[in-house]
Amino acid sequence: MIDLLAICAFNAAYGNAIDSDALEDWPNFFTPNCHYRVTHIENEREGLPTGLIYADSRAMLEDRITSLRLANIYERQRYRHLLGVPDVESADDTSAVARTAFMVARIMATGETLLFATGVYHDRFVTLGGRLLLAKRVVVCDSTVTDTLLALPL
Amino acid sequence: MQEQQIHWGSSALTRVPYDVYTSPEVMAQEQVQIYRGNVWNYLCLDAELPQRGSYRTTFVGNIPVVVVRDSDDEIYAFENRCAHRGALIALEKSGKVDSFQCVYHAWTYSRQGDLTGVAFEMGVKGQGGMGPGFCKADHGPRKLRVTTFCGLVFGSFGEEVPDIEEYLGEEICDRIQRVLHKPVEVIGRFTQALPNNWKLYFENVKDSYHASLLHMFFTTFELNRLSQKGGLIVDESGGNHVSYSITDSATVDASYKEQGLRTDNDRIRLKDPSLLAGFTEFNDGITLQILSVFPGFVLQQIQNCIAVRQVLPAGLDRTTLNWTYLGYSDDTAEQRNVRIKQSNLVGPAGFISMEDGAVGSFVQRGIAGAHDLEAIVEMGGEGTSSSEGRATEAAVRGFWKAYRRHMGM
Ligand code: FES
Ligand SMILES: [Fe+2]
Repeated sequence: MIDLLAICAFNAAYGNAIDSDALEDWPNFFTPNCHYRVTHIENEREGLPTGLIYADSRAMLEDRITSLRLANIYERQRYRHLLGVPDVESADDTSAVARTAFMVARIMATGETLLFATGVYHDRFVTLGGRLLLAKRVVVCDSTVTDTLLALPL
Repeated sequence: MQEQQIHWGSSALTRVPYDVYTSPEVMAQEQVQIYRGNVWNYLCLDAELPQRGSYRTTFVGNIPVVVVRDSDDEIYAFENRCAHRGALIALEKSGKVDSFQCVYHAWTYSRQGDLTGVAFEMGVKGQGGMGPGFCKADHGPRKLRVTTFCGLVFGSFGEEVPDIEEYLGEEICDRIQRVLHKPVEVIGRFTQALPNNWKLYFENVKDSYHASLLHMFFTTFELNRLSQKGGLIVDESGGNHVSYSITDSATVDASYKEQGLRTDNDRIRLKDPSLLAGFTEFNDGITLQILSVFPGFVLQQIQNCIAVRQVLPAGLDRTTLNWTYLGYSDDTAEQRNVRIKQSNLVGPAGFISMEDGAVGSFVQRGIAGAHDLEAIVEMGGEGTSSSEGRATEAAVRGFWKAYRRHMGM
Protein backbone atom coordinates (compact mmCIF):
# COMPACT_ATOMS: atom_id res chain seq x y z
CA MET A 1 0.00 0.00 0.00
CA ILE A 2 1.40 3.37 -1.06
CA ASP A 3 0.74 5.61 1.93
CA LEU A 4 0.68 9.32 2.61
CA LEU A 5 4.08 9.27 4.23
CA ALA A 6 5.68 7.61 1.21
CA ILE A 7 4.25 10.29 -1.09
CA CYS A 8 5.36 13.04 1.30
CA ALA A 9 8.87 11.65 1.37
CA PHE A 10 8.87 11.32 -2.40
CA ASN A 11 7.80 14.95 -2.85
CA ALA A 12 10.39 16.19 -0.38
CA ALA A 13 13.13 14.41 -2.31
CA TYR A 14 11.74 15.71 -5.60
CA GLY A 15 11.74 19.33 -4.45
CA ASN A 16 15.14 18.95 -2.91
CA ALA A 17 16.64 17.58 -6.12
CA ILE A 18 15.61 20.69 -8.03
CA ASP A 19 16.36 23.17 -5.25
CA SER A 20 19.85 21.77 -4.64
CA ASP A 21 20.72 21.91 -8.34
CA ALA A 22 20.80 18.11 -8.65
CA LEU A 23 18.88 18.55 -11.89
CA GLU A 24 20.33 15.41 -13.43
CA ASP A 25 18.47 13.43 -10.74
CA TRP A 26 15.14 15.02 -11.56
CA PRO A 27 14.17 12.74 -14.49
CA ASN A 28 14.75 9.72 -12.25
CA PHE A 29 11.62 10.57 -10.31
CA PHE A 30 9.61 9.56 -13.39
CA THR A 31 8.80 6.32 -15.19
CA PRO A 32 10.39 5.84 -18.63
CA ASN A 33 7.16 6.68 -20.46
CA CYS A 34 5.86 9.31 -18.10
CA HIS A 35 3.73 12.35 -18.79
CA TYR A 36 5.03 15.66 -17.42
CA ARG A 37 3.39 18.94 -18.27
CA VAL A 38 3.49 22.47 -16.88
CA THR A 39 0.32 24.41 -17.53
CA HIS A 40 -2.00 26.82 -15.74
CA ILE A 41 -5.46 26.81 -14.33
CA GLU A 42 -7.19 28.42 -17.33
CA ASN A 43 -5.76 26.06 -19.95
CA GLU A 44 -6.62 23.17 -17.66
CA ARG A 45 -10.20 24.37 -17.21
CA GLU A 46 -10.66 24.83 -20.95
CA GLY A 47 -9.01 21.51 -21.76
CA LEU A 48 -6.25 23.13 -23.85
CA PRO A 49 -3.54 20.50 -24.14
CA THR A 50 -0.36 22.50 -24.74
CA GLY A 51 2.09 22.99 -21.91
CA LEU A 52 4.83 25.46 -21.10
CA ILE A 53 6.78 22.24 -20.87
CA TYR A 54 5.40 19.05 -22.36
CA ALA A 55 7.10 15.66 -22.16
CA ASP A 56 5.87 12.15 -22.80
CA SER A 57 9.06 10.33 -21.89
CA ARG A 58 11.76 10.44 -19.27
CA ALA A 59 14.25 10.91 -22.11
CA MET A 60 12.59 14.22 -22.96
CA LEU A 61 13.11 15.33 -19.37
CA GLU A 62 16.77 14.34 -19.61
CA ASP A 63 17.06 16.30 -22.86
CA ARG A 64 15.64 19.35 -21.15
CA ILE A 65 18.26 19.20 -18.42
CA THR A 66 21.04 18.70 -20.98
CA SER A 67 19.73 21.70 -22.87
CA LEU A 68 19.57 23.82 -19.71
CA ARG A 69 23.14 22.88 -18.86
CA LEU A 70 24.64 23.27 -22.31
CA ALA A 71 22.48 25.31 -24.63
CA ASN A 72 20.08 27.71 -22.96
CA ILE A 73 20.99 31.20 -21.80
CA TYR A 74 19.42 32.39 -18.56
CA GLU A 75 20.61 33.99 -15.37
CA ARG A 76 21.77 31.79 -12.55
CA GLN A 77 18.82 31.13 -10.27
CA ARG A 78 17.60 28.73 -7.62
CA TYR A 79 14.19 27.62 -6.44
CA ARG A 80 12.80 26.83 -3.05
CA HIS A 81 9.89 24.37 -3.18
CA LEU A 82 7.39 24.35 -0.33
CA LEU A 83 5.06 21.41 -0.79
CA GLY A 84 1.76 20.88 0.95
CA VAL A 85 0.35 17.70 2.42
CA PRO A 86 -0.74 15.44 -0.45
CA ASP A 87 -4.46 14.96 -0.86
CA VAL A 88 -4.53 11.26 -1.69
CA GLU A 89 -7.50 10.42 -3.85
CA SER A 90 -6.80 6.71 -4.20
CA ALA A 91 -3.97 4.33 -3.38
CA ASP A 92 -3.22 0.63 -3.50
CA ASP A 93 -0.08 -1.52 -3.59
CA THR A 94 1.09 -0.41 -7.01
CA SER A 95 -0.44 2.96 -7.77
CA ALA A 96 -1.79 6.13 -6.23
CA VAL A 97 -3.48 9.32 -7.37
CA ALA A 98 -2.82 12.47 -5.38
CA ARG A 99 -2.80 16.24 -5.49
CA THR A 100 -0.21 18.36 -3.76
CA ALA A 101 -0.13 22.13 -3.53
CA PHE A 102 3.18 23.88 -4.09
CA MET A 103 4.77 27.26 -3.62
CA VAL A 104 8.03 27.95 -5.40
CA ALA A 105 10.21 30.95 -4.64
CA ARG A 106 12.94 31.94 -7.09
CA ILE A 107 16.26 33.25 -5.86
CA MET A 108 18.07 35.25 -8.52
CA ALA A 109 21.78 35.77 -9.05
CA THR A 110 21.24 39.37 -7.87
CA GLY A 111 20.20 38.02 -4.46
CA GLU A 112 16.50 38.75 -4.50
CA THR A 113 13.89 36.17 -3.59
CA LEU A 114 10.50 36.35 -5.29
CA LEU A 115 7.41 34.23 -5.14
CA PHE A 116 7.62 32.67 -8.60
CA ALA A 117 4.82 30.13 -8.80
CA THR A 118 2.02 28.52 -6.84
CA GLY A 119 -0.25 25.72 -7.92
CA VAL A 120 -1.09 22.06 -7.60
CA TYR A 121 0.61 18.90 -8.82
CA HIS A 122 -1.89 16.46 -10.28
CA ASP A 123 -0.04 13.18 -9.86
CA ARG A 124 -0.27 9.50 -10.64
CA PHE A 125 2.30 7.39 -8.85
CA VAL A 126 3.28 3.80 -9.59
CA THR A 127 5.73 1.40 -8.04
CA LEU A 128 8.31 0.06 -10.43
CA GLY A 129 11.10 -2.26 -9.34
CA GLY A 130 10.27 -1.53 -5.72
CA ARG A 131 10.54 2.24 -6.20
CA LEU A 132 7.82 4.84 -6.14
CA LEU A 133 7.81 6.83 -9.38
CA LEU A 134 5.67 9.40 -11.14
CA ALA A 135 3.82 8.06 -14.14
CA LYS A 136 2.20 11.45 -14.51
CA ARG A 137 2.72 14.91 -13.04
CA VAL A 138 0.67 17.80 -14.40
CA VAL A 139 1.86 21.03 -12.83
CA VAL A 140 -1.14 23.35 -12.78
CA CYS A 141 0.02 26.87 -11.94
CA ASP A 142 -2.46 29.28 -10.36
CA SER A 143 -1.21 32.26 -12.33
CA THR A 144 -1.46 32.45 -16.10
CA VAL A 145 1.59 34.71 -16.19
CA THR A 146 5.21 33.57 -16.08
CA ASP A 147 7.78 36.13 -14.99
CA THR A 148 10.61 36.49 -17.56
CA LEU A 149 11.12 32.79 -18.24
CA LEU A 150 10.69 29.30 -16.81
CA ALA A 151 14.12 27.70 -16.88
CA LEU A 152 14.23 25.17 -14.05
CA PRO A 153 11.42 22.64 -13.80
CA LEU A 154 8.67 22.96 -11.21
CA MET B 1 1.91 67.28 -28.86
CA GLN B 2 4.58 67.01 -26.23
CA GLU B 3 7.93 68.64 -26.60
CA GLN B 4 10.59 66.57 -28.25
CA GLN B 5 12.51 64.89 -25.45
CA ILE B 6 14.70 62.51 -27.38
CA HIS B 7 17.75 63.60 -29.25
CA TRP B 8 18.27 61.52 -32.37
CA GLY B 9 21.88 62.02 -33.31
CA SER B 10 21.24 61.56 -36.96
CA SER B 11 18.42 61.12 -39.40
CA ALA B 12 19.80 57.67 -40.24
CA LEU B 13 18.30 54.56 -38.69
CA THR B 14 21.59 53.06 -37.52
CA ARG B 15 21.67 54.70 -34.10
CA VAL B 16 19.01 54.41 -31.39
CA PRO B 17 19.15 56.69 -28.34
CA TYR B 18 18.78 54.58 -25.20
CA ASP B 19 16.49 57.21 -23.71
CA VAL B 20 13.76 55.90 -25.98
CA TYR B 21 13.51 52.82 -23.69
CA THR B 22 13.62 54.70 -20.40
CA SER B 23 11.78 57.98 -20.86
CA PRO B 24 8.28 58.32 -19.34
CA GLU B 25 7.55 61.14 -21.81
CA VAL B 26 8.25 58.83 -24.73
CA MET B 27 5.98 56.21 -23.24
CA ALA B 28 3.16 58.73 -22.85
CA GLN B 29 3.67 59.92 -26.41
CA GLU B 30 3.56 56.34 -27.73
CA GLN B 31 0.12 55.85 -26.21
CA VAL B 32 -1.17 58.80 -28.22
CA GLN B 33 0.83 58.68 -31.43
CA ILE B 34 1.01 54.94 -31.89
CA TYR B 35 -1.68 53.04 -30.01
CA ARG B 36 -4.37 55.68 -30.48
CA GLY B 37 -2.96 56.62 -33.85
CA ASN B 38 -3.06 55.19 -37.33
CA VAL B 39 -1.96 51.63 -36.70
CA TRP B 40 -3.72 48.29 -36.74
CA ASN B 41 -3.51 46.63 -33.33
CA TYR B 42 -3.96 42.87 -33.10
CA LEU B 43 -6.96 42.15 -30.86
CA CYS B 44 -7.68 38.42 -31.03
CA LEU B 45 -8.52 35.60 -33.43
CA ASP B 46 -11.79 35.34 -35.25
CA ALA B 47 -11.84 31.73 -33.96
CA GLU B 48 -11.89 33.05 -30.40
CA LEU B 49 -15.30 34.66 -31.02
CA PRO B 50 -17.13 31.54 -32.18
CA GLN B 51 -20.72 32.60 -31.49
CA ARG B 52 -22.92 35.64 -31.54
CA GLY B 53 -22.28 37.35 -28.23
CA SER B 54 -18.84 35.83 -27.74
CA TYR B 55 -16.42 38.42 -26.44
CA ARG B 56 -12.82 38.78 -25.33
CA THR B 57 -11.12 41.55 -23.42
CA THR B 58 -7.68 42.76 -24.42
CA PHE B 59 -5.59 45.93 -24.64
CA VAL B 60 -4.54 48.46 -27.21
CA GLY B 61 -1.42 49.93 -25.68
CA ASN B 62 -2.57 50.50 -22.11
CA ILE B 63 -6.23 51.00 -23.04
CA PRO B 64 -8.56 48.15 -22.02
CA VAL B 65 -10.70 47.00 -24.94
CA VAL B 66 -13.66 44.66 -25.49
CA VAL B 67 -13.96 42.71 -28.75
CA VAL B 68 -17.33 41.12 -29.42
CA ARG B 69 -19.35 39.41 -32.15
CA ASP B 70 -22.86 40.78 -32.55
CA SER B 71 -25.93 39.11 -34.05
CA ASP B 72 -25.07 40.44 -37.52
CA ASP B 73 -21.92 38.27 -37.24
CA GLU B 74 -19.76 41.38 -37.43
CA ILE B 75 -17.04 41.99 -34.88
CA TYR B 76 -17.06 45.21 -32.87
CA ALA B 77 -14.51 46.65 -30.48
CA PHE B 78 -14.77 49.47 -27.99
CA GLU B 79 -12.97 50.81 -24.99
CA ASN B 80 -13.64 48.71 -21.91
CA ARG B 81 -14.55 51.78 -19.87
CA CYS B 82 -17.98 52.73 -18.62
CA ALA B 83 -19.25 56.08 -19.87
CA HIS B 84 -20.48 56.92 -16.37
CA ARG B 85 -17.52 56.88 -14.01
CA GLY B 86 -14.99 54.90 -15.97
CA ALA B 87 -15.22 51.43 -14.42
CA LEU B 88 -14.37 48.39 -16.53
CA ILE B 89 -17.46 47.22 -18.40
CA ALA B 90 -16.34 43.61 -18.91
CA LEU B 91 -14.32 41.95 -16.17
CA GLU B 92 -13.60 38.47 -17.57
CA LYS B 93 -11.04 37.51 -20.21
CA SER B 94 -13.77 36.00 -22.33
CA GLY B 95 -17.43 35.04 -22.24
CA LYS B 96 -20.76 35.26 -23.97
CA VAL B 97 -23.34 38.02 -23.44
CA ASP B 98 -26.56 39.46 -24.78
CA SER B 99 -25.43 42.89 -23.66
CA PHE B 100 -22.96 44.37 -21.22
CA GLN B 101 -23.80 45.84 -17.86
CA CYS B 102 -21.41 47.81 -15.70
CA VAL B 103 -21.45 46.43 -12.15
CA TYR B 104 -21.00 49.82 -10.51
CA HIS B 105 -24.34 51.56 -11.29
CA ALA B 106 -25.77 49.11 -13.82
CA TRP B 107 -25.46 51.20 -16.98
CA THR B 108 -25.92 48.92 -19.96
CA TYR B 109 -24.31 48.71 -23.37
CA SER B 110 -25.14 46.91 -26.58
CA ARG B 111 -22.71 44.48 -28.17
CA GLN B 112 -21.76 47.27 -30.54
CA GLY B 113 -20.66 49.47 -27.65
CA ASP B 114 -23.63 51.84 -27.56
CA LEU B 115 -24.94 53.10 -24.23
CA THR B 116 -28.49 51.71 -24.10
CA GLY B 117 -29.54 51.99 -20.49
CA VAL B 118 -28.98 54.29 -17.52
CA ALA B 119 -30.33 52.95 -14.24
CA PHE B 120 -33.02 55.25 -12.78
CA GLU B 121 -32.63 57.52 -15.78
CA MET B 122 -36.02 59.07 -15.01
CA GLY B 123 -35.41 58.98 -11.28
CA VAL B 124 -37.49 57.24 -8.64
CA LYS B 125 -40.96 58.50 -7.76
CA GLY B 126 -40.26 61.77 -9.47
CA GLN B 127 -37.01 62.31 -7.56
CA GLY B 128 -33.53 62.29 -9.04
CA GLY B 129 -32.80 61.06 -12.48
CA MET B 130 -30.62 62.45 -15.23
CA GLY B 131 -30.95 66.00 -16.40
CA PRO B 132 -33.30 66.69 -19.30
CA GLY B 133 -30.42 67.36 -21.68
CA PHE B 134 -28.78 64.00 -21.20
CA CYS B 135 -28.78 61.94 -24.38
CA LYS B 136 -27.49 58.38 -24.23
CA ALA B 137 -26.45 58.42 -27.87
CA ASP B 138 -23.94 61.17 -27.11
CA HIS B 139 -22.18 59.05 -24.55
CA GLY B 140 -20.47 55.75 -24.78
CA PRO B 141 -17.04 54.23 -24.80
CA ARG B 142 -14.77 55.10 -27.70
CA LYS B 143 -15.17 52.67 -30.56
CA LEU B 144 -12.43 51.17 -32.65
CA ARG B 145 -12.43 50.49 -36.34
CA VAL B 146 -12.24 46.73 -36.75
CA THR B 147 -10.95 44.66 -39.60
CA THR B 148 -10.10 41.01 -40.07
CA PHE B 149 -7.47 39.39 -42.22
CA CYS B 150 -7.05 35.62 -42.49
CA GLY B 151 -8.88 35.15 -39.20
CA LEU B 152 -6.85 37.81 -37.37
CA VAL B 153 -8.88 40.59 -35.80
CA PHE B 154 -7.27 44.04 -35.77
CA GLY B 155 -8.57 47.29 -34.31
CA SER B 156 -7.64 50.93 -34.69
CA PHE B 157 -8.49 54.21 -32.99
CA GLY B 158 -6.96 56.07 -35.94
CA GLU B 159 -9.02 58.03 -38.43
CA GLU B 160 -6.55 57.65 -41.24
CA VAL B 161 -5.27 54.13 -40.96
CA PRO B 162 -5.21 52.55 -44.42
CA ASP B 163 -7.02 49.31 -45.24
CA ILE B 164 -5.39 46.28 -43.71
CA GLU B 165 -4.11 44.93 -47.03
CA GLU B 166 -2.40 48.21 -47.78
CA TYR B 167 -1.11 48.47 -44.20
CA LEU B 168 0.46 45.03 -44.41
CA GLY B 169 1.72 45.21 -47.96
CA GLU B 170 1.37 42.49 -50.55
CA GLU B 171 4.28 40.33 -49.46
CA ILE B 172 3.27 40.31 -45.80
CA CYS B 173 -0.33 39.50 -46.81
CA ASP B 174 0.92 36.52 -48.81
CA ARG B 175 3.03 35.29 -45.92
CA ILE B 176 0.15 35.51 -43.46
CA GLN B 177 -2.11 33.71 -45.91
CA ARG B 178 0.52 31.02 -46.32
CA VAL B 179 0.16 30.04 -42.65
CA LEU B 180 -3.45 30.99 -41.90
CA HIS B 181 -4.91 29.38 -45.01
CA LYS B 182 -7.49 27.27 -43.17
CA PRO B 183 -9.47 27.39 -39.92
CA VAL B 184 -7.48 27.24 -36.71
CA GLU B 185 -8.14 26.19 -33.13
CA VAL B 186 -6.47 27.49 -29.99
CA ILE B 187 -4.51 24.72 -28.25
CA GLY B 188 -2.94 26.75 -25.45
CA ARG B 189 -2.45 30.27 -24.09
CA PHE B 190 0.43 31.53 -22.01
CA THR B 191 1.50 34.96 -20.86
CA GLN B 192 5.08 35.98 -20.30
CA ALA B 193 5.86 39.08 -18.23
CA LEU B 194 9.01 40.58 -19.67
CA PRO B 195 11.12 42.94 -17.53
CA ASN B 196 11.89 45.29 -20.41
CA ASN B 197 10.42 47.98 -22.62
CA TRP B 198 8.09 46.62 -25.32
CA LYS B 199 10.31 47.91 -28.11
CA LEU B 200 13.20 45.69 -27.03
CA TYR B 201 11.07 42.60 -27.52
CA PHE B 202 9.56 43.76 -30.80
CA GLU B 203 13.04 44.60 -32.10
CA ASN B 204 14.26 41.20 -30.97
CA VAL B 205 11.59 39.54 -33.11
CA LYS B 206 12.83 41.53 -36.11
CA ASP B 207 16.48 40.87 -35.34
CA SER B 208 17.42 37.95 -37.56
CA TYR B 209 21.09 38.59 -36.68
CA HIS B 210 20.81 37.23 -33.13
CA ALA B 211 18.96 34.00 -33.83
CA SER B 212 21.83 31.63 -34.54
CA LEU B 213 24.12 33.39 -32.04
CA LEU B 214 21.91 33.51 -28.93
CA HIS B 215 19.67 30.49 -29.38
CA MET B 216 22.06 27.55 -29.12
CA PHE B 217 19.57 24.71 -28.89
CA PHE B 218 19.77 23.69 -32.54
CA THR B 219 23.55 23.97 -32.83
CA THR B 220 24.23 22.28 -29.50
CA PHE B 221 22.23 19.24 -30.51
CA GLU B 222 23.62 19.37 -34.04
CA LEU B 223 20.20 19.92 -35.47
CA ASN B 224 21.14 22.95 -37.47
CA ARG B 225 20.88 22.48 -41.15
CA LEU B 226 23.84 22.94 -43.42
CA SER B 227 21.85 23.96 -46.42
CA GLN B 228 19.62 26.60 -44.96
CA LYS B 229 18.54 29.12 -47.48
CA GLY B 230 16.29 31.91 -46.49
CA GLY B 231 15.63 35.56 -46.54
CA LEU B 232 14.31 38.68 -44.95
CA ILE B 233 11.44 40.78 -46.20
CA VAL B 234 10.78 44.29 -44.91
CA ASP B 235 7.67 46.04 -46.15
CA GLU B 236 7.57 49.54 -47.56
CA SER B 237 6.55 51.15 -44.24
CA GLY B 238 9.37 49.37 -42.46
CA GLY B 239 7.06 48.27 -39.66
CA ASN B 240 6.25 44.80 -40.92
CA HIS B 241 8.68 42.02 -41.68
CA VAL B 242 9.15 38.34 -42.47
CA SER B 243 12.22 36.25 -41.84
CA TYR B 244 12.26 32.72 -43.16
CA SER B 245 14.49 29.78 -43.81
CA ILE B 246 14.22 26.80 -46.06
CA THR B 247 15.45 23.32 -45.38
CA ASP B 248 16.55 21.25 -48.30
CA SER B 249 14.72 18.03 -47.52
CA ALA B 250 17.27 15.83 -49.32
CA THR B 251 20.05 17.06 -47.06
CA VAL B 252 17.96 16.67 -43.97
CA ASP B 253 17.07 13.11 -44.72
CA ALA B 254 20.72 12.23 -45.27
CA SER B 255 21.94 13.92 -42.13
CA TYR B 256 19.22 12.34 -40.01
CA LYS B 257 20.14 8.90 -41.31
CA GLU B 258 23.77 9.56 -40.72
CA GLN B 259 23.05 10.52 -37.13
CA GLY B 260 21.09 7.35 -36.60
CA LEU B 261 23.99 5.21 -37.74
CA ARG B 262 26.62 6.75 -35.58
CA THR B 263 27.47 4.98 -32.39
CA ASP B 264 30.10 7.27 -30.92
CA ASN B 265 28.93 9.31 -28.02
CA ASP B 266 31.00 12.44 -28.28
CA ARG B 267 28.30 14.26 -30.15
CA ILE B 268 25.38 15.52 -28.12
CA ARG B 269 22.07 14.43 -29.46
CA LEU B 270 18.54 14.44 -28.19
CA LYS B 271 17.75 11.22 -26.39
CA ASP B 272 14.18 11.58 -27.54
CA PRO B 273 14.28 13.06 -31.05
CA SER B 274 10.49 12.75 -31.31
CA LEU B 275 10.49 16.37 -30.06
CA LEU B 276 11.33 17.43 -33.60
CA ALA B 277 9.75 14.65 -35.62
CA GLY B 278 7.45 16.80 -37.69
CA PHE B 279 5.61 16.43 -40.95
CA THR B 280 5.61 18.38 -44.18
CA GLU B 281 2.61 20.67 -44.43
CA PHE B 282 3.86 23.62 -46.44
CA ASN B 283 5.03 22.61 -49.86
CA ASP B 284 7.49 25.49 -50.22
CA GLY B 285 10.10 23.92 -47.94
CA ILE B 286 9.99 26.81 -45.47
CA THR B 287 10.47 25.35 -42.00
CA LEU B 288 10.71 28.62 -40.14
CA GLN B 289 8.82 31.84 -40.72
CA ILE B 290 8.69 34.70 -38.24
CA LEU B 291 6.43 37.57 -39.24
CA SER B 292 5.73 40.83 -37.44
CA VAL B 293 3.21 43.63 -37.89
CA PHE B 294 3.72 47.06 -36.36
CA PRO B 295 3.24 47.79 -33.50
CA GLY B 296 2.83 44.48 -31.70
CA PHE B 297 1.81 41.39 -33.62
CA VAL B 298 3.86 38.29 -34.40
CA LEU B 299 2.90 35.19 -36.38
CA GLN B 300 5.21 32.26 -36.09
CA GLN B 301 5.67 28.99 -37.95
CA ILE B 302 8.55 27.01 -36.53
CA GLN B 303 8.32 23.62 -38.21
CA ASN B 304 4.79 22.54 -37.26
CA CYS B 305 4.47 24.85 -34.29
CA ILE B 306 2.11 27.69 -35.15
CA ALA B 307 1.52 30.56 -32.75
CA VAL B 308 0.55 34.19 -32.59
CA ARG B 309 2.12 36.58 -30.12
CA GLN B 310 0.72 39.88 -28.91
CA VAL B 311 3.22 42.40 -27.56
CA LEU B 312 1.74 44.94 -25.14
CA PRO B 313 3.45 47.70 -23.18
CA ALA B 314 2.80 47.33 -19.46
CA GLY B 315 5.08 50.07 -18.17
CA LEU B 316 8.44 51.59 -19.03
CA ASP B 317 10.29 48.38 -18.31
CA ARG B 318 7.39 45.93 -18.40
CA THR B 319 5.97 44.11 -21.40
CA THR B 320 3.14 41.63 -21.56
CA LEU B 321 3.72 38.95 -24.15
CA ASN B 322 0.66 36.83 -24.91
CA TRP B 323 1.31 33.53 -26.66
CA THR B 324 -1.56 31.73 -28.38
CA TYR B 325 -0.62 28.32 -29.77
CA LEU B 326 -2.64 27.09 -32.71
CA GLY B 327 -3.55 23.93 -34.53
CA TYR B 328 -5.68 23.59 -37.63
CA SER B 329 -9.25 22.42 -37.13
CA ASP B 330 -8.67 19.50 -39.49
CA ASP B 331 -5.52 18.23 -37.71
CA THR B 332 -5.31 14.49 -37.21
CA ALA B 333 -4.54 13.35 -33.66
CA GLU B 334 -0.95 12.66 -34.72
CA GLN B 335 -0.52 16.10 -36.24
CA ARG B 336 -1.94 17.76 -33.15
CA ASN B 337 0.45 15.78 -31.02
CA VAL B 338 3.41 16.96 -33.09
CA ARG B 339 2.36 20.58 -32.58
CA ILE B 340 1.99 20.10 -28.84
CA LYS B 341 5.44 18.53 -28.58
CA GLN B 342 7.07 21.17 -30.73
CA SER B 343 5.60 23.90 -28.55
CA ASN B 344 8.48 23.00 -26.21
CA LEU B 345 10.54 25.14 -28.56
CA VAL B 346 8.69 28.38 -27.84
CA GLY B 347 7.02 30.28 -25.02
CA PRO B 348 8.43 31.19 -21.60
CA ALA B 349 10.13 27.79 -21.26
CA GLY B 350 10.95 27.37 -24.94
CA PHE B 351 14.23 25.73 -25.91
CA ILE B 352 14.72 28.42 -28.55
CA SER B 353 12.81 31.31 -27.03
CA MET B 354 13.47 31.48 -23.31
CA GLU B 355 16.63 33.45 -24.10
CA ASP B 356 14.58 36.29 -25.55
CA GLY B 357 13.07 36.77 -22.09
CA ALA B 358 16.57 36.91 -20.63
CA VAL B 359 18.23 39.30 -23.08
CA GLY B 360 15.49 41.95 -22.89
CA SER B 361 16.23 42.15 -19.19
CA PHE B 362 19.98 42.30 -19.83
CA VAL B 363 19.53 45.29 -22.16
CA GLN B 364 17.06 47.12 -19.92
CA ARG B 365 19.43 46.79 -16.96
CA GLY B 366 22.49 47.51 -19.10
CA ILE B 367 21.20 50.84 -20.35
CA ALA B 368 20.38 52.25 -16.91
CA GLY B 369 22.03 55.64 -16.74
CA ALA B 370 23.06 55.56 -20.40
CA HIS B 371 21.48 58.93 -21.19
CA ASP B 372 22.82 60.51 -24.36
CA LEU B 373 24.31 57.19 -25.46
CA GLU B 374 22.97 55.18 -28.32
CA ALA B 375 22.78 51.64 -29.70
CA ILE B 376 24.40 50.63 -32.98
CA VAL B 377 22.11 49.09 -35.58
CA GLU B 378 24.42 48.88 -38.54
CA MET B 379 24.66 45.18 -39.36
CA GLY B 380 23.96 44.72 -43.05
CA GLY B 381 24.30 48.41 -43.87
CA GLU B 382 22.02 51.33 -43.29
CA GLY B 383 18.95 50.43 -45.29
CA THR B 384 15.69 48.68 -44.65
CA SER B 385 15.44 46.62 -47.81
CA SER B 386 14.73 42.93 -48.13
CA SER B 387 17.65 40.54 -48.52
CA GLU B 388 18.53 36.90 -48.93
CA GLY B 389 20.93 36.82 -46.02
CA ARG B 390 19.78 37.14 -42.47
CA ALA B 391 22.94 38.55 -40.88
CA THR B 392 21.34 41.95 -41.08
CA GLU B 393 19.47 44.39 -38.91
CA ALA B 394 17.41 45.71 -41.81
CA ALA B 395 14.09 44.81 -40.17
CA VAL B 396 15.16 46.51 -36.92
CA ARG B 397 15.96 49.65 -38.88
CA GLY B 398 12.59 49.23 -40.58
CA PHE B 399 10.97 49.28 -37.15
CA TRP B 400 12.63 52.59 -36.34
CA LYS B 401 11.59 53.99 -39.69
CA ALA B 402 7.94 53.23 -38.91
CA TYR B 403 8.27 54.23 -35.26
CA ARG B 404 9.79 57.62 -35.99
CA ARG B 405 7.19 58.35 -38.63
CA HIS B 406 4.30 57.62 -36.26
CA MET B 407 5.97 59.47 -33.40
CA GLY B 408 6.90 62.43 -35.56
CA MET B 409 10.50 62.09 -34.46
S1 FES C 1 -19.29 53.49 -13.46
FE1 FES C 1 -20.36 52.19 -14.78
S2 FES C 1 -22.42 52.55 -14.20
FE2 FES C 1 -21.34 53.89 -12.92
FE1 LIG D 1 15.23 35.25 -30.27
